[in-house]
Amino acid sequence: MTLRKYLVLAGVTLCASIGDSLLSRGMKQVGSISLNHLSHVILAVLNPSVALGILLLLGFFASYMTALSWADLTYVLPATSLGYVLLTLIAKFYLHEAVTTSRWIGVLLISAGVGFVTQGPALTHHPAKAQPHKTEYEPASVRNEP
Amino acid sequence: MKQAYAWSAIAAIVLASTTGDVLLSRAMKQVGDVGALWWQSGLWMVLSRVLRNPNFLLGVLAMTTAFYSLLFGLSWGDVSLIAPASASLTFVTNAVAAKIFLHERVDHRRWMAAVLVACGVVLLAA
Repeated sequence: MTLRKYLVLAGVTLCASIGDSLLSRGMKQVGSISLNHLSHVILAVLNPSVALGILLLLGFFASYMTALSWADLTYVLPATSLGYVLLTLIAKFYLHEAVTTSRWIGVLLISAGVGFVTQGPALTHHPAKAQPHKTEYEPASVRNEP
Repeated sequence: MKQAYAWSAIAAIVLASTTGDVLLSRAMKQVGDVGALWWQSGLWMVLSRVLRNPNFLLGVLAMTTAFYSLLFGLSWGDVSLIAPASASLTFVTNAVAAKIFLHERVDHRRWMAAVLVACGVVLLAA
């Protein structure tokens, strides 16, 4: 894993959580949309929070696809779940919401999960195609790729 | 009865988003390292390779299905059940599906990570 790849993973995490919060804030400003006035959905895009939220979610999709091009799905998903932790910290220290003990335990579990997965290699090496007699598992030394 | 509807929506969301994640992951492995490809052949090449990949298009279709299942589910059940239950189950089903369909090496670290994150997501919603 290089610094550039960690930055892409950070991009996935940040874009998803900030994008979701902005969409949520924007849609609350727009108000509830009834099925009789579906055109209001299109007008909702004019709300700055909604527009920025959509941009960030596009950024999320691009960085998620980039991460999947060089890392396993079972690496990317847990590694980017730090976004839940980030949202809780935003809720506590920025929005001054009350965060219960069970939520803090949830934050701890997710952080531990992220710690576990980032200890290991990011990509399964498939030497079966090139070297059929070698072990299928990626040796720890392959982790620090060029 | 309402519970049964909510759980069938959760099952649909989990199935569709797992399918989508597996297809998108397979598509991007076929495209190859996006950074290197961009460096060598430019952004246009990256976009055309991604957008012409059948797995990518099917993956987006599956993700769209998951999104609409979520919308339907939310109209039948509580957001406090459907959103965390589907998000947390997806971490575990993705680990199983990645092992079976993508032949990823899901070692004890990755199982632990999937289960811990799944439990954490449930607790965050509690």
